[in-house]
Amino acid sequence: MNPAEHLASFGRISYDTAHLIGAVILMMSFGLLYQRRLTAVIRTYSLQAMVLALAAAWQALVQDAPHLYASALIALLFKGIAVPFALNWLVRRLGIHRTVETALGIGPTMIAGVGLVALSIVLVLPVTASSTAMTRENLAIAMSVVLLGLLMMITRRNAVTQVVGFMSLENGLILAAVGAKGMPLVVEISIAFSVLVAMALFGIFFFRIRERFDSLDIAYLETFRGERR
Amino acid sequence: MIGSLSTLLPLGVQNPLFWILGMPLFGSLFLACLPNWHHAVWVNVLISAATLAAAASLLVVRPAETLLFFIDDFNIYLVGLTAFVGFTTSLFSSAYIGRESRDRRLLPQHLRFYHSMYQAFLFTMLLALTANNIGVLWVAVEAATLTTVLMVSLYRTREAIEAAWKYFILCSVGIGLALFGTILVYLAAQPVMGDGVPAMAWTQMIKRAGAFQPELMSLAFVFLLVGYGTKVGLAPLHAWLPDAHAEGPTPISAVLSGLLLNVALYALLRFKMLIAANSHALQPGPLMIAMGCSSIFLASFMLYRRGDIKRLFAYSSIEHMGIITFAFGMGGTLANFAGLLHMTMHSLVKSAIFFAVGMITQAAGTKRIADIRGLTTSHPFLGWSFVIAVLAIAGLPPMGIFMSEFLVISSTFARNAWLAVPVMIGLLITFGALIWRLQGMAFGRPGQLVADSERRHQSTFVRAIGMIPLVAHLVLALVAGVYLPDALVAWFQAVGKLLG
Amino acid sequence: MMAFLFGIFHTWLVLVAAPLITGIVRLTKARLQGRQGASPLQPYRDLWRLLQKESVIAETASWLFRIAPYLVFVAVWLAATIMPTFTTDMILTPAADLIALVALLGTARFFTALAGLDAGTAFGGLGSSREMFVASIGEPAMLMVIFSLSLLTHTTSPANMIAYVLSGHIGIEVSAGLALASMVMVAIAENGRIPIDNPTTHLELTMIHEAMVLEYSGRHLALLEAAAMVRLLLFMTIISSLFFPWGIAFVDAGPGEVLLGLLAWFAKVSVLAMVLGFCESLVAKMRVFQIADFLGGALLLALLATIFLYVSEAV
Repeated sequence: MNPAEHLASFGRISYDTAHLIGAVILMMSFGLLYQRRLTAVIRTYSLQAMVLALAAAWQALVQDAPHLYASALIALLFKGIAVPFALNWLVRRLGIHRTVETALGIGPTMIAGVGLVALSIVLVLPVTASSTAMTRENLAIAMSVVLLGLLMMITRRNAVTQVVGFMSLENGLILAAVGAKGMPLVVEISIAFSVLVAMALFGIFFFRIRERFDSLDIAYLETFRGERR
Repeated sequence: MIGSLSTLLPLGVQNPLFWILGMPLFGSLFLACLPNWHHAVWVNVLISAATLAAAASLLVVRPAETLLFFIDDFNIYLVGLTAFVGFTTSLFSSAYIGRESRDRRLLPQHLRFYHSMYQAFLFTMLLALTANNIGVLWVAVEAATLTTVLMVSLYRTREAIEAAWKYFILCSVGIGLALFGTILVYLAAQPVMGDGVPAMAWTQMIKRAGAFQPELMSLAFVFLLVGYGTKVGLAPLHAWLPDAHAEGPTPISAVLSGLLLNVALYALLRFKMLIAANSHALQPGPLMIAMGCSSIFLASFMLYRRGDIKRLFAYSSIEHMGIITFAFGMGGTLANFAGLLHMTMHSLVKSAIFFAVGMITQAAGTKRIADIRGLTTSHPFLGWSFVIAVLAIAGLPPMGIFMSEFLVISSTFARNAWLAVPVMIGLLITFGALIWRLQGMAFGRPGQLVADSERRHQSTFVRAIGMIPLVAHLVLALVAGVYLPDALVAWFQAVGKLLG
Repeated sequence: MMAFLFGIFHTWLVLVAAPLITGIVRLTKARLQGRQGASPLQPYRDLWRLLQKESVIAETASWLFRIAPYLVFVAVWLAATIMPTFTTDMILTPAADLIALVALLGTARFFTALAGLDAGTAFGGLGSSREMFVASIGEPAMLMVIFSLSLLTHTTSPANMIAYVLSGHIGIEVSAGLALASMVMVAIAENGRIPIDNPTTHLELTMIHEAMVLEYSGRHLALLEAAAMVRLLLFMTIISSLFFPWGIAFVDAGPGEVLLGLLAWFAKVSVLAMVLGFCESLVAKMRVFQIADFLGGALLLALLATIFLYVSEAV
């Protein structure tokens, strides 16, 4: 096998693997929306983070960018292991209701999810016509994961699930960042996000936020403060 | 790696950036270790003053740009403004905090945390303003969110925690989307700029922004507008803003309104400049005009129904950010000039109002507008200052805000007269709402609470210290309304041109 | 000429092999449950016994009730002739594609449901309504799977699909994996296997398929049972031939290759039968309300399979 051929076959493998990993991450996002039990949601999130670590490691290998291994390590240790552990502990400690309460049923959520995936593909494909298939696909999947995370935050009533939604949104962002070839500061961004996540968990524990405040609508505080009479 | 780092970071002692960024960062760490809050109050003021001095030295020494930091005509004035308001607010905070602590609303450990976070917050804002790297810019805005979340929840009441949580969640999502936009900008730039740090350095990017992939830039700008727009508090993404302003300590409301919103808008404007340099990408102007108009309208109507004094002025901030966004959306030298001037004036006057509000709520013991009456009778000096400040924010001449609003509207008339109509209507509605509310609070027979509480606690000295920032801001706003130095005008015009 | 012979052979092969496969599934389950279990040939004896018996028809039933079993059986059998088993060289293969297959299965289901309603009993109606509910999600999911496979292979004909897959044009294709997962879920639902339906129970709360055919007896029941067995074999063949087509013979293949194809097919469906028996022993039946979620998942996977084609290089 001459070098050019070798490179071509490696390109094929690198694409196929990235394709597979990206798809698995996206499926995990749907898994998060599909689950009805809090522990299952946390487990799915943990799996997603681990697969994300795999994606980062794979990109580190393909792009020959060693700093991405640090991102992979953060994803694996912090998001894949520490955060799920902390979440489970929180659920036990605060006695949070184990069933996921939904604002929108599972079925409609899934349909909305598919719609969002289609939307991100429709948005991303035309604007990346000149990029490689790997960049294009990675971006489309990352955007889908971001939007699905957003959907989860909107349709789940419980503070823990809301935070899980945010973290899965963040997984999408990290996926986009590691997939952007040669992007600097990815590690710093991973760390910044980890701090944010740690804060969220800390907030839940410290302030014992069991449910998300009835809505993110300002009307709620207004009634609370006697502005609506 | 380390060698290259030293060329990127402003490590030289002669470099003003070293002091501007290093002082608050070091101050934050130092204050975190300082056990006695009585000292911390003054250390906080000192550090802020030193930062202001360092920022002033930028006028003399302009540091060379690196791939991570730079100073140009645009951000130099925001750095100065941030350092100045940061300093005056620390002065006000010294009076405010003393009172809060005496009333046992804040415990010593909270105060230690508060002061440390105050400096950390200043650091993140200054970092965002001086960052040349769009990734660093993002990290700084994110860190600014974190520090303010912690401060909004300082009182630990149910409302404060709810406000902080809401602020945290909404702004986290916002900056998440902004990051996605940032990544898209990098992807658009990467084929032109090559891999690595230069493709994220703003000064490098702006030179070749015309060659970036226009479709990607358009998509990126939508994400950035929604993302950073959430932090600016543009309607309909403003839901966090009134609560966060209302529930945090008042000095924090002042810096949130006066500075943080500016920083978020600054980030957005940097990206607007990038996309405007690309003639094939989408026009950022109309989007910003639409969001600006919606903010002006929403806020102006919401003002009528406020019962809480801090929320009232929080909505007023949404309105003014709407005006500024509108002005920058219009573009052109004159509108940009007006936008810059309005940004400055709003920072000064709005923080002055929050200073006054802080003293009023402490004196009255309530934030309910209905319970605050006859301020001009019970506290003549504070009351009349408050009246002047509110008149200024409502846009009455001869204050600076009148002038900038006048410029916004006249420049809009020159370009597209129809667009000026909704803005004018919005301004008039706001004016009515503010005057109506002001009348109730400032005049009439003072309430029982107001009459006796203030003089009991604080020494004249501390009260005077608390008054200085309020007066200073108002005087500056008044001067700017009457006379702008030619040098300043020329400078604003240059920045206006830069903004395109 | 060979195509004609193979076609005839294939037609009878699926009919003859179907009870054996059902027998293997039952035997696997019995063994896993610690029972000795009946021989895999037992289904043949059952069918034979039913054919001997008198067919009792309800007084309220119309002519539809009588002809439905024949229509159902023929429709399923015809559908089974479309899907190649051991060779793609068959006379009927170019005549119809996978969409026709879905249509035939739909026809069979339609008549089963009508027959269930016809007798006017409560159970028949209940079964029919549940069956239609399952079909309303299952059928779009199956069409979606076929749609994405067609996009991937640029054809709807099963023989051409198999040829395309074997030609090695497809690398690691996520769409194919998703389509497979969706197909398996649809197959479970269509055949009324656990966890959707339990073919061995007559518990009124849960049964779907059995409720519809509750009124049948004798040769009519034999036909319906045979149709169910053929359908099970058909779905196993679809999965094995489309997703794992290795070993199948093409046009102009020698006798050795055809024999190999036959053995490979039989091995594949036997393995699938054992896997089915194994899985059915592991899971419990779902509540009826959860079926929508299950099939919704299948539909979702199928939709994603299609969507994924557009992000990947394949299309």
